[in-house]
Amino acid sequence: MTTAAPAAPRAAVTNRPADIVFKAVSTTAGVLILIALGGVALFLVVQAVPAIIGPIPEEEGANFWAWVWPLTFGTLWSALLAMVMAVPLAVAIALFITHYAPRKLAQFLGYLIDLLAAIPSVIYGLWGIAVLAPFFQPGYIWLAQNLGWLPLFSPPASGTGRTILTASIVLAVMVLPIITALCREIFLQTPRLNEEAALALGATRWEMIKMAVLPHGRSGIIASSILGLGRALGETMAVAMVLASSGVVSFVLIGSQNPSTIAANIALRFPEAHGITVNMLIGSGLVLFAITLLVNALSRWIIAKTTVDGGR
Amino acid sequence: MSKRIEINDLDIYYGAFKAVEGVSIDIEPRAVTAFIGPSGCGKSTVLRSLNRMHEVIAGAYVDGEVLLDGANLYGPGVDPVNVRRQIGMVFQRPNPFPTMTIRENVLAGVLLNNRRMSRSDQDDLVERSLRGANLWNEVKDRLGVPGSGLSGGQQQRLCIARAIAVSPDVLLMDEPCSALDPISTLAIEDLIEELKTEYTIVIVTHNMQQASRVSDKTAFFNIAGTGKPGKLIEFDETAKIFSNPSVQSTEDYVSGRFG
Ligand SMILES: Nc1ncnc2c1ncn2[C@@H]1O[C@H](COP(=O)(O)OP(=O)(O)OP(=O)(O)O)[C@@H](O)[C@H]1O
Ligand SMILES: [Mg+2]
Repeated sequence: MTTAAPAAPRAAVTNRPADIVFKAVSTTAGVLILIALGGVALFLVVQAVPAIIGPIPEEEGANFWAWVWPLTFGTLWSALLAMVMAVPLAVAIALFITHYAPRKLAQFLGYLIDLLAAIPSVIYGLWGIAVLAPFFQPGYIWLAQNLGWLPLFSPPASGTGRTILTASIVLAVMVLPIITALCREIFLQTPRLNEEAALALGATRWEMIKMAVLPHGRSGIIASSILGLGRALGETMAVAMVLASSGVVSFVLIGSQNPSTIAANIALRFPEAHGITVNMLIGSGLVLFAITLLVNALSRWIIAKTTVDGGR
Repeated sequence: MSKRIEINDLDIYYGAFKAVEGVSIDIEPRAVTAFIGPSGCGKSTVLRSLNRMHEVIAGAYVDGEVLLDGANLYGPGVDPVNVRRQIGMVFQRPNPFPTMTIRENVLAGVLLNNRRMSRSDQDDLVERSLRGANLWNEVKDRLGVPGSGLSGGQQQRLCIARAIAVSPDVLLMDEPCSALDPISTLAIEDLIEELKTEYTIVIVTHNMQQASRVSDKTAFFNIAGTGKPGKLIEFDETAKIFSNPSVQSTEDYVSGRFG
């Protein structure tokens, strides 16, 4: 331990009241965040334990894990579908904005994307029920008739169009702005020198993007996708409104039997929940919390692995 | 392999700003031509107009002719991508692709044209290009490491290897040694001496000794004042430019009385 060293800096600090204030404020803020996070975790665990160890009502399932599994599946499946649709589209839009569109159009598109991010999720939910579901429903019937041999499209098709595919499309549109905006920032930061190196070798614009822009932006694309994934996993209102769920575990995209998601299920059932049901719902929340933590850890690991030094 | 470049009355613009005016030069094949002149006189701008890299800047365009063995690079229907595949470029700061290995960097340009190259042909080409850039002995045991892990001088030679791997007709170099130490600079000057037996080389430099050491012909550019376009003042044998130039401002510049 160094006992003598701190004396000098402390003497210097007393001369600068602003430093003391700032240090106090930032330390308090940091500690508060830790307390809040710890408090939430503790609350989840304490409230979840009765449901996890104890018996749950028979009509809900054999035990907590059997009950929470379909919800977990639905959460992951819908988020995955949303990412499969949103990430390529977001990357393509960001590339278009940064490398193809004339400046005026690029600016306009940028505003439009930011505007999408500002729409409340209830509106997305309404849009999903009122517009998207009826719009896609005939398409689902067609898919069931013509591609029904594929497990993803096995009939019968939903009569309302409120399927997991519709919900995932809504989710995809919701996460699109975050991913696009971040990718755009990253693509804009591609070193000019690397872009010119590619062009001077006789690369076309697309080849230049493959040689310089995408390698430079790779970890950024992953990071922004994970942020989007976090939002898709936790999205509540839109899914709760759009999805007609029945608690099954099924990969079928267009059927009337759809898995629910953890967040939507909590939102739908919490108002009437009492007794052990409350504990079950909170337990499912704990599962969601764990999934989100895992996803974040995974993304950090991926970013650390794919970041190459010298990405000047 | 190496071709003659004829620049005819070239004006070069950045949007509304006319950066260079009325340049006409004949660049000989199998020789080194140096561009010298004070900062901002348009040396880089002229150089970049020779492989149509100038126009990648928004709003930038040229007016005039650049003939490569008689064919106008700015003719209608000429694809700038094809021009750049024939005319290689080395930049002021070394710019290997940071995520690619040394080997991938060398092959980057070739694989654009020719995806189905056999593994052994690739190996041959990598070795030939790196030997051509005097880098082979230093990196032959670590072709699989990222190019950004090399020293600055090695990176610059890697960029030269990358440029000559596509067997261009012409090699353009914009102050290729300005970020390098004297030893690496000499290595690159020796390399230029060797490369000129095969390529037409144009080099921009701020270093008078370098220009007189490596070049056969020298073009002196100057600028009348800020906001005015740069102009070609004198173009002649390097020996003549440095010993007995015909224009007073050339003499002032090369003798260090100016700029
Ligand atoms: N991207 C650009 N946009 C607008 N003007 C530019 C741009 N690049 C260069 N210019 C202008 O064109 C003129 C010539 O610049 P250029 O870079 O060709 O000079 P240079 O002779 O290479 O100078 P240096 O020796 O400092 O490299 C300068 O007035 C410069 O300000
Ligand atoms: Mg320059």
